[in-house]
Amino acid sequence: MTKQVQQLDRVIIRFAGDSGDGMQLTGDRFTQETASFGNDLSTFPNFPAEIRAPAGTLPGVSSFQLHFADHDILTPGDAPNVLVAMNPAALMANIGDLPRGADLIVNIDEFTKRNLAKVGYATNPIEDDSLSAYRVYPVALTSMTVKALEEFDISKKDAERAKNMFALGLLSWLYHRPTDATVGFLEQKFAKKPEIMKANIAAFRAGWNYGETTEAFSVSYEVKPAKLESGHYRNITGNMALAYGLIAASRQSGLPLFLGSYPITPASDILHELSKHKRFGVRTFQAEDEIAGVGAALGASFGGALGVTTTSGPGMTLKSETIGLGVAVELPLIVCDIQRAGPSTGMPTKTEQADLLQALYGRNGEAPVPVIAPQSPNDCFTSAIEAARIAVKYRTPVILLSDGYLANGSEPWQIPDVTTLPKIEPGFTTTKTAESADEADEAFEPFKRDPNTLARPWAVPGTPGLEHRIGGLEKADGTGNISYDPNNHDLMVRLRQAKIDGIANDIPPLEPDDPRGPDGTGAKVLVLGWGSTYGAIAAAVRRVRKSGGQVAQAHLRHLNPFPANIAEVLKSYDRVLVPEINLGQLALLIKGKFLIDVISYNRVRGFPFKAEELAGVIQDVIDSE
Amino acid sequence: MNDAGTNGSGPSENGSGNGVAGGLALIPRTDAKQTAKDFKTDQEVRWCPGCGDYAILAAVQSFLPELGLRRENIVFVSGIGCSSRFPYYMNTYGFHSIHGRAPAIATGLAAARPDLSVWVVTGDGDALSIGGNHLIHALRRNINLKILLFNNRIYGLTKGQYSPTSEVGKITKSTPMGSLDSPFNPISLALGAEASFVARTLDSDRKHLQSVLRAATEHKGTALVEIYQNCNIFNDGAFEPLKDPAVRDEVTIKLEHGQPIVFGADHEKGLRRSAAGGFEIASASSPDIVVHDAHNPDPSQAFALSRLDSPGFEHTPIGIFRQVSRPTYDELMREQIDEAVAQQGEGDLAALLGSGDTWLID
Repeated sequence: MTKQVQQLDRVIIRFAGDSGDGMQLTGDRFTQETASFGNDLSTFPNFPAEIRAPAGTLPGVSSFQLHFADHDILTPGDAPNVLVAMNPAALMANIGDLPRGADLIVNIDEFTKRNLAKVGYATNPIEDDSLSAYRVYPVALTSMTVKALEEFDISKKDAERAKNMFALGLLSWLYHRPTDATVGFLEQKFAKKPEIMKANIAAFRAGWNYGETTEAFSVSYEVKPAKLESGHYRNITGNMALAYGLIAASRQSGLPLFLGSYPITPASDILHELSKHKRFGVRTFQAEDEIAGVGAALGASFGGALGVTTTSGPGMTLKSETIGLGVAVELPLIVCDIQRAGPSTGMPTKTEQADLLQALYGRNGEAPVPVIAPQSPNDCFTSAIEAARIAVKYRTPVILLSDGYLANGSEPWQIPDVTTLPKIEPGFTTTKTAESADEADEAFEPFKRDPNTLARPWAVPGTPGLEHRIGGLEKADGTGNISYDPNNHDLMVRLRQAKIDGIANDIPPLEPDDPRGPDGTGAKVLVLGWGSTYGAIAAAVRRVRKSGGQVAQAHLRHLNPFPANIAEVLKSYDRVLVPEINLGQLALLIKGKFLIDVISYNRVRGFPFKAEELAGVIQDVIDSE
Repeated sequence: MNDAGTNGSGPSENGSGNGVAGGLALIPRTDAKQTAKDFKTDQEVRWCPGCGDYAILAAVQSFLPELGLRRENIVFVSGIGCSSRFPYYMNTYGFHSIHGRAPAIATGLAAARPDLSVWVVTGDGDALSIGGNHLIHALRRNINLKILLFNNRIYGLTKGQYSPTSEVGKITKSTPMGSLDSPFNPISLALGAEASFVARTLDSDRKHLQSVLRAATEHKGTALVEIYQNCNIFNDGAFEPLKDPAVRDEVTIKLEHGQPIVFGADHEKGLRRSAAGGFEIASASSPDIVVHDAHNPDPSQAFALSRLDSPGFEHTPIGIFRQVSRPTYDELMREQIDEAVAQQGEGDLAALLGSGDTWLID
């Protein structure tokens, strides 16, 4: 029987199951198949902080959403077209996000009385008419997997655990995904357990074959490859891109990379990734705490390394004092804050943008620090290099504000040509600045600044003749000797601020995306965002434009200092809308610094914005003119 | 190979075998003659007149020239407190950091730069109170750091509150009715934290202080040197029995590796193991006087010695309690990098970025 094949331009699939069901792995594999097929894609893993919450309960539900298309896309999608629910808890936790008419594939084996009762279903939703708005495909995933693996010498439990591969096989058939890479992946993953390996591959194939033979699925779907710019691509998460960016920055500067870090969700994967790359001379140091992580990084910077620390909100708070020391001693330091929902422990696996003000102002005294925020998983690579460039050139700590959404989300990445990456010049001072022979005998002045950048010399231990002492006490301009002189302190406070402010002239201007209307005029409404909301805002702007609305979009990568032309850009619009996943932190800065009124849109739910939601907000602002 | 644990051999066994002691093996040396003056800065020393810190500073400055290290390869890192001003007075590289964090900062520096002789100068508040966590982890890691812990049993810079080494019942500004918490014994703490080198000395005994510093410098790994230091403003006379010529020989037990532990003005007393598992004082002629074994891999005896301390300093061991050889963190870290390069070759950035599942779009 030849089944019908239907063409689609895009699909959003969500895999949902128990934490132990392997949903993240299933999603990852489907993503890799999709990436190698050539679709554009964007992913959104969503999982609990608990490693194994009690099986079958709502807190234990883990999901992975994937959006793929034959054109360029910007977000993991608002609502799934297809939900794969491995148990009643997964169904209950996700059904609310499913639009009418969507496909629902459920593992009926898990819809037992006991499992239904665990989450409070009085009757089986598969059997009553509560799911009549959806196309429901009840599939006996567990029992078919176990049956398919009868001939293997493995336990029943191991056979049952392979049900995610059966599901992956079925979905791979349904969407015409290439399967070789998944087979290769399983061969590698279970190389030391050949029987398990063979069983998982058999389960994967059984799922595929089931799709092809069963009458339950009469249609399969094809999403053509996207017409992306030509080049080599791979799929990459934000944390991976950030780790690669740091290694690239180390290579481009010739400075050995030193990471001092303490494990924390959602930043730990950067530590894991960097610890694999010792052949690049990368030193990773898992410290006793967050403070020691940043302290060791700053110590390494003092010694001439590219000192980096990675953390999330609660860790940032602990590192504040050391970042302040970095400001005082003016040494390069990269602090990566992978933001998560706060305050305090908050929701460790959920995303948020609420550390902006902490990054800018969370230190005692006047302690300005450049702040950079990547706007997509890919952009974490470029932003890491940019953070290193500024840290090294201006001898300053730099805070990189990623977040949980960027960290774990992935998208195709056009692999850059390494010869095009910017060089970073460490500019170590190796001799006294002997402008004339007379000065050769004078003491080295560790705080004598470069007149252009206001950066101080970086003379590392081991450099003869430049022995000097630095510290957190206020220093005399030039000599760096301890000073309590009131005028000197005022001068130093202003110099440190002027150094950071001056970076505004060394970063790209803010360039709004503002297509002219038919009458040649620009938009009256500007949407201004920062960080990980780029994709959702851009997708919303596209929707609004598609339906005839005129709106401009600008996105800030540099949060401190702002691009030099920001006030000029903002003032050229009647209204500025600032959507943020906080209670209006960028909006506060804009209002406070430029006396420009902005309209805030804030949701702090631990989730990224949805494009549809923002499109509605933008349209409302346009309509309220 | 070092053969720690063998009785009877001198401290020099801790060397790397090439004539340069293990802790100094990778640090560039100079043939130029150095004097104490070379290590002094032009900064005015601002400790209180009569402070024990002056004696320690002078002892360090006059001891360093004998090492023959290049001055630019020496770094002093400190935290916050009176003692932590030390780096400003040393004409080497220096980093006066934040309260309690010097071991963390020094750890990063020492791990990144094996060619540096890195010293941490800290006090009882800095190292044992706010920085207690970093201290114990630095000790267990055994990175190549020399930690000088100036113990004056009081907070000086904040003007006289009790410290984590103050005796119970200490009357201070913050404890007008007496302090309530039991003090740390820094030697016991360091031994419990798996330190490979633990010693105690006195600010006023330059010869002993310098001999301990010498051994600490030669030691490969983290060395903790507790220096009893007098704060003549807030806790004057804290160590008086150990300094008073009339009684000091009676109460000071000078530990020397491989030698029977005897003390007293006429070496008439000695230590033997007690039935309870600790030490007890016996006549020096007693047949079971214990021979000090700082190189014993088992720290139990060193720990028992550290427990001899008493609030009134009736009998206080000084010298090297423990000195054993084990791999250092920085050396193991370098070995892993070397091994990775040897097995996989030097990192190739283009290959890294293009690794994993990739696809080509024409």
